[in-house]
Amino acid sequence: MNQQQVIGRTVRGTLGATMARAGRRFLSSLPALFGVLVFTFLLMRVLPGDPAVFFASGPNASKEDVELIRKQMGLDKSMPEQLALYLYDVGRGNLGRSMMTGQSVTKDLRERLPASLELTFTALLIALVSAIPLGVLAALKPGSIIDHGVRLFCALGVCVPTFVSGLLLIYVFYYLLGLAPDPTGRVDVFTSLPPSRTGFLMIDFLLAGDIEGWWAALKQLILPAMSMALFVIAPLARITRASMLVSLGSDFVRTARSVGLSRRHVVVTYALRNAILPVITIAGIVFSTMLGANVLVEKVFSWPGVASYALDALLSSDYAPVQGFVLLMASLFVLVNLTVDVCYGIADPRVSIE
Amino acid sequence: MTQPLLKIDNLHVTFSTRRGLVEAVRGVTLAVEPGEMLGLVGESGSGKSVTGFATTRLLDAAGRVTAGEILFRGQDVTKLSGDDLRHLHGAAMSMIFQNPRSALNPIRAVGQQIADAILTHKRISKQAAHAEALELLRAVQIRDPERRMAAYPHELSGGMCQRVMIAIAISCNPALLIADEPTTGLDVTTQKVVMDLLADIAAARGMATILITHDLGLAARYCRRIVVMERGRLVEEAAPTTLFNHPRHPYTKRLVAASPTAHSRIEDLVTEEERGPYAEIVRKPKLPQAPGTPPLLVVQKLAKRFDQGAAAVADFSMTIAAGESVGLVGESGSGKSTTSRMICRLIDPSEGDIVFDGQSIGHVPSRDFHRSPFRKDIQMVFQDPNESLNPRFTAHDCIAHPLKRLVGLREGDALRQRVEECAQRVGLPLDLLPRFPHQLSGGQKARVGIARAIACRPRLLVLDEPTAALDVSVQAVVLQLLDRLRREDNLALLFVSHDLNVVRMLCERTIVLRNGVIVEEGDSRALFDNPKTDYTRELVEAIPHIEIETKLAAAAL
Repeated sequence: MNQQQVIGRTVRGTLGATMARAGRRFLSSLPALFGVLVFTFLLMRVLPGDPAVFFASGPNASKEDVELIRKQMGLDKSMPEQLALYLYDVGRGNLGRSMMTGQSVTKDLRERLPASLELTFTALLIALVSAIPLGVLAALKPGSIIDHGVRLFCALGVCVPTFVSGLLLIYVFYYLLGLAPDPTGRVDVFTSLPPSRTGFLMIDFLLAGDIEGWWAALKQLILPAMSMALFVIAPLARITRASMLVSLGSDFVRTARSVGLSRRHVVVTYALRNAILPVITIAGIVFSTMLGANVLVEKVFSWPGVASYALDALLSSDYAPVQGFVLLMASLFVLVNLTVDVCYGIADPRVSIE
Repeated sequence: MTQPLLKIDNLHVTFSTRRGLVEAVRGVTLAVEPGEMLGLVGESGSGKSVTGFATTRLLDAAGRVTAGEILFRGQDVTKLSGDDLRHLHGAAMSMIFQNPRSALNPIRAVGQQIADAILTHKRISKQAAHAEALELLRAVQIRDPERRMAAYPHELSGGMCQRVMIAIAISCNPALLIADEPTTGLDVTTQKVVMDLLADIAAARGMATILITHDLGLAARYCRRIVVMERGRLVEEAAPTTLFNHPRHPYTKRLVAASPTAHSRIEDLVTEEERGPYAEIVRKPKLPQAPGTPPLLVVQKLAKRFDQGAAAVADFSMTIAAGESVGLVGESGSGKSTTSRMICRLIDPSEGDIVFDGQSIGHVPSRDFHRSPFRKDIQMVFQDPNESLNPRFTAHDCIAHPLKRLVGLREGDALRQRVEECAQRVGLPLDLLPRFPHQLSGGQKARVGIARAIACRPRLLVLDEPTAALDVSVQAVVLQLLDRLRREDNLALLFVSHDLNVVRMLCERTIVLRNGVIVEEGDSRALFDNPKTDYTRELVEAIPHIEIETKLAAAAL
């Protein structure tokens, strides 16, 4: 019908505008990325610790040995020279070589990033799935027992650090109840890894048709994801509650009630769809913070992620992995912001007009 | 038909607020017959909207019906719950709200919203509901309805949004329609179109309508019977003719007097005791201007283009003599506010010049104009008295601020005296000076705004819809105040408004703007009595006039 065409055209127009906006936003974030690159480079040079000394075979390595390593690493060159070399390498996609693992940083990150992403995505999913209903329930009956319960739960979630909640979860589910497998890594020792296609174990196991392995990986994943989720449920639930309250008190919800729409329709289609916009923004921020901040959880659960990798590298003055990590995080942050932008454009038709 | 459609009996509604219980409605009794249009008139705080919301059971959580009953077709609405209530909403009675844009879901296509309402009460397929929604859009005379089905509220004008709202309200053919200030905030011409449409639809479908409004003229134009409310009580009920020609209750008398009409003068708007010193000043003849005196303000070929390139104002020229009052009227988007802001030097014109007292000020960047010696000569009174006062400043601070910044007075007795003098001139009681804006009423805030503007003894006062947010009785007092100040100080006024009745009273000359271009200008009385262009005539005819209607009604009897 004519109607369908019209709707189709409008939707396409909105999507196009959103994409154009996302593209502009991406271009404008490139200078920021460059700034991050230079800043981390300088920061690493300012931090104390001489990598050459560190990587020389031992404390009694001769001066010549150290000098040799320094030359190998290019540390004898002037700072601007080093920076230019670094930028040149990054431009070619070469992030350098890690002294710890002896592998190229790109390879290391590529191996570890899926582990971190899988953990963060799962945690975010758990957080959203619990926080949004909690926030909505609290907003539907402000001042009620439910509202206070949610508030208490959120307060507890925020004030318990992730490594404490992680340890508590391990203590209860692994030590006391024995429900969870031992918290070391992404799969237990008896499960063989599936052929790596995406790096996400939950997907790779499914692709390989190995349900048992999938289940084993899920069991490993659930505790760390839970402890991370607990920490971020609070901001998400609070913002959902607040924007839901505004939404429920708005004129258009009153209109929806005045024509007798069912309560579910009013709450979900009218109030929640409008209230979800700030939640998207917060979810984006939460995701970016989690990616970097999950180092504690990765350490507690021996999770082979990028954050613990970067921490180890930092402790051993291994420049290249830290710089690579920061660059990766900055790029992810830009990507997340772009995604939030696109989501916004889809969720709110008002955004796409400028 | 012995039984009325709606019978409200001794209704009491109480709100629990932070300062305890507030009785918003105290004992309202009224009845609505099927197919009738009843006007429910009152000023803000009279409880007229609360009565409407109580009837549709849409009161806020804080509001509660404490006594009385609301019988709709013999059934007490206040005792309904669950599915009965949902069936009542939309299918039996529905509501049209003030501010249509926010009353529609901003992220749902309007066609979808109409379909939602249809699907709630009818068991039909989505396609059928869609088709019905399209029919409704056609019924409310939206042009190009197929395309508008997929539009979002922000893509439609205010009048269009209100039509969509009407379509939603009538979607399930309710027997009673409650319209709460349906046209407040719309232009007069749009108001007329929307109200005509609403009246036609209600008549065609046999719906009873309660028109809740603060505008007596509007109620008189469309209703056979008007009920006047004051502070939660019903004070008078009569046919419009009787109400205007022989109001019985003192409040109604004041309200009728304060409502500006085609022939009222400012001094008629308020009662004897409120008039006070004004009467003498009006009687004093205006000092004739010495011939050859240059005008105070000359505006030459002013233009303003915003980013998109289309001119918001083009080729605008005017003059104002000292002590003269000039009205600038037009619909929303006509560029009248932009023009007034350029003259105030709050925004920079793209072209043209502004000459004040013989000196060009059009080229001084608006950012630096606060340093110009003319800043204190040109002052402005803003539209919304609530928004234009700093919430952290007391009334005293608000009035003192320009004196400190522009006149250079220091904190001390001299400043206090000047502030108190200003307050006295605008009739603001001195004991209100230490209060913050939220502790003042709308009329008091408007006075603070005017006191602030006249504090530096300006020679030109630009007023951007200064009374749009005020009740008519407060508006009457404020208008009188402005006119007195003009006469006392030989102050020139540039009065921007969409309310033609007010402009007609207050301004000697009027300029009509449309799409940024002057359509017509001239002596106010002549311009309004004999408009030369169709556009002005359309504007003038769209105002709901009390007299004309009463004459027609009398002729019909």
